[in-house]
Amino acid sequence: MSILRPAGDFDTTYAHDLRTIRQPWQWVLFFAFILALYTLPLYANQSVVSLVNRIGITIIAVQGLSILTGYTGQISLGQAAFMTTGGYISALLVTRLGWSFFISLPAAALGAGFVGLIFGLPSLRVKGFYLAMSTLAAQFIIPWFTRNAFPDILNGAQGLNVQVPILFGIEFNSPQRFIYITITVLIISTIAAYNITRSRLGRAFVAIRDHDLAAELLGVNPFKYKLQAFFLASVFAGAAGALAVHNIRHLNSETFNLIDSIIFLGMLIIGGLGSNLGPIFGAIIVELLVEWAILFGPFFITIFPTTASGAVQALRPLFFGTTLILFLIFEPRGLAHRWQLLKAAWRLRPFSH
Amino acid sequence: MNWQLLPQFVVTGLLLGGPLALNALGIVLIFKSTYIFNFAQGQMLLLGALTTWWFVVVQGLPLWLAIILALILSAILGFLIERFTLRPLTGQHLLVIILMTLGLSQVLQGLALLLFGSVQRNFPQIFSTTAPYKITTPFIFNDNNITIILKQNLVWSFAIAILGVLLISALFRFTRMGLTMRGTSEDHELAQSMGININRMFGISWALAGIVATTTGILLATSSGLDMSLSVIVLSAFPVVLLGGLDSIPGTIVGGLIIGVSMGIVSASKVPIVRDMAEIVPYILLLIVLLIRPEGLFGQKRIERI
Repeated sequence: MSILRPAGDFDTTYAHDLRTIRQPWQWVLFFAFILALYTLPLYANQSVVSLVNRIGITIIAVQGLSILTGYTGQISLGQAAFMTTGGYISALLVTRLGWSFFISLPAAALGAGFVGLIFGLPSLRVKGFYLAMSTLAAQFIIPWFTRNAFPDILNGAQGLNVQVPILFGIEFNSPQRFIYITITVLIISTIAAYNITRSRLGRAFVAIRDHDLAAELLGVNPFKYKLQAFFLASVFAGAAGALAVHNIRHLNSETFNLIDSIIFLGMLIIGGLGSNLGPIFGAIIVELLVEWAILFGPFFITIFPTTASGAVQALRPLFFGTTLILFLIFEPRGLAHRWQLLKAAWRLRPFSH
Repeated sequence: MNWQLLPQFVVTGLLLGGPLALNALGIVLIFKSTYIFNFAQGQMLLLGALTTWWFVVVQGLPLWLAIILALILSAILGFLIERFTLRPLTGQHLLVIILMTLGLSQVLQGLALLLFGSVQRNFPQIFSTTAPYKITTPFIFNDNNITIILKQNLVWSFAIAILGVLLISALFRFTRMGLTMRGTSEDHELAQSMGININRMFGISWALAGIVATTTGILLATSSGLDMSLSVIVLSAFPVVLLGGLDSIPGTIVGGLIIGVSMGIVSASKVPIVRDMAEIVPYILLLIVLLIRPEGLFGQKRIERI
C-alpha cells in the first residue's frame, strides 16, 4: 500500500529513494502547512490557538509512546509520569537555578529519558502486562516522590509555579505566543520520530515488536533496544511535560496523571499503531472529541439533573472510552490505516483495486 | 519504628489485606480462564457498591435483598461486558485487549459519575462500629500489655474475603465447571477442540468476577466509605495479583496479606516520609517481584517458543 505513488514518481538515485518529500508540489504543501501553523495566532481566536497548542504538546508525548508501544511493542502506562518528571526537572532548573527555559527544555527531556531508563529495566525480565504493571508502578512512584520527597525544593503537594519563558526580550506569556515554541518543538520531534522509525534503530524496534525471541536470534539485542525505546519515549515525554508546564506555568503531582497515560495509549490506538501519522491523528481526534464533549454538558444535566456535578465530569471518560472501544472492535488499525486506504483509493481511481 | 503501635498496624494491615485479596481474586479469575488482565475491575467494584447503595438508600430495600440484587446485576454486567466488548477481540494482540479493559474502565467510571454523581456517600453500616474487638497481646511496652483494637467491620470483611477466596478455589478444584475452566485456561483452542464451550466459560468467568467485584465493593464501602476514589484504591490490587502469581488463586490470599502487612509495618514508622510511603509500598514490592521473580510466588512459569 505504501508503495503506491503518483504516476511518474520514480527512484533514479539512492538519495532519491530515501526522500520523504518526493515531489515539488509536496514541498509547496509542506511549507504552506508550516506557514499556516506559524501564522495561526494572526487569524485564529484565542480558544483555537490554545487548543492547537495543547494538541501539539499532546502529539509530542504520544509520538514518544508510539516509538515505545507502537514500534517496539512495549506497553507503557507511565507516559504521564515521565511528563511529570520532565516538567519538574525543567521547572526546578528555571525557578531554582535561574536557567533559561530554552536550555532547561532539552535538559528536562534528557533527565526524563534517564528516569525512563530506570523504569525500563524490568523489560529485561518481563513483557506484556507484566511490563505494563512496572510502568504503572512508575505512574504511582514518581508523583508520590514529587509530593513527598524534598518538600523544601519540590514544595510538596502544592507544586511549583513557573515564570514566563523569555527569549530575545519576547515574553511567551500566552498560548498565542507559546504556540511558536510548541510548533517548533513539534516539528523537530516529528522529524526525529520519522527518522528514528525508518532507520536501523526503528527496524530493530519493529523486529522486537513482531517477535522478540526471533529478533534476538537474528542478532538484535532486545534488552539494549528496549532500553533505547524507553529512553526515547521518555525524552519525548519529558519535552512534552516541560512544554506543558511552561505553558500553564504551574505544576504539581496531579498535573499529569494515570488517566492521561491511558488517554495517550488510546490516542495511539485511535490514530493507528506503528505509524508516524498515528500519534498526530489520534491526538487531534481525541482532543477535539473531549473538547466537544463539554458541549454536551448542559444536555446531560437536563437528563440527569440529580447528578449534575458528576454528569459534566463523566463526559470526558465516557466519550473517550466509548470511542476507544468502538475503534478497538471496528478499526483496530486506527485512522492512519483508513488514511492509507483513502490515499490508495484516490490514486487508483476510477478503479477500485 | 514506633514499636508500641507496630502490632496494631500489622494486624490492621493484615485485615485490610483480605479485601485486597478478594479484589485480586476477581482479576485472577478472569485472567486464569481468558488471558485478559482486567483493568476495569476497580470500576466494576465501584458500580457494584453504588448499586447496592442505591437499592438500600434510595429504594429503601432491606440490606440483604439489596446485596442479592446488586450481585445479580453485577453478574449480568460482567457477562454483558464479555459478550459485547471482549468476545469480538478473542485471539487479538495483547495490547488491544489491555486497551479494551482500560477503555472499559473509562466508560464504567463515566457511567458511575453520570448515574450517581461524584459526591461522597455514607454506605449503610453492615457491621457494628461501636463495639470493636479488643485483644491483649503478650507484648509488653512501658509495663503495659499492648492492646490491639479491631474494628468489627474490618474483621468481618477479612473473614468474608478469605471465605470468598476459599470458595472460588474449591469451585475450581472440585466441580466439573471448575475443571472445564482450568482446561480453558490451559489452552483455548485445545479446550474447544475437546468440546468445551469456551465462550460460555469466558462468560461465566466474567460473571463470577462481577460478583466478586461487587462483594469487594460492598466490603470496602462499609469500612472506608463510598466515593469515586474507591476505584483508585483498588489499583493496589494489581501488585497483589502479580505478587501472588497471575494465575494462582491461593496466591491472591498470600499476596494480599503480604501487601497489607507491609503497608501496616510502613505506617508504623516514626519518620514521616517513610510513613507516607505506605501508599506506594505495593508498587515498590511489585517492581522487586518483577525483577526477581516475574511469574510471582505461585504463578506458573510459561516457556515461550518461536
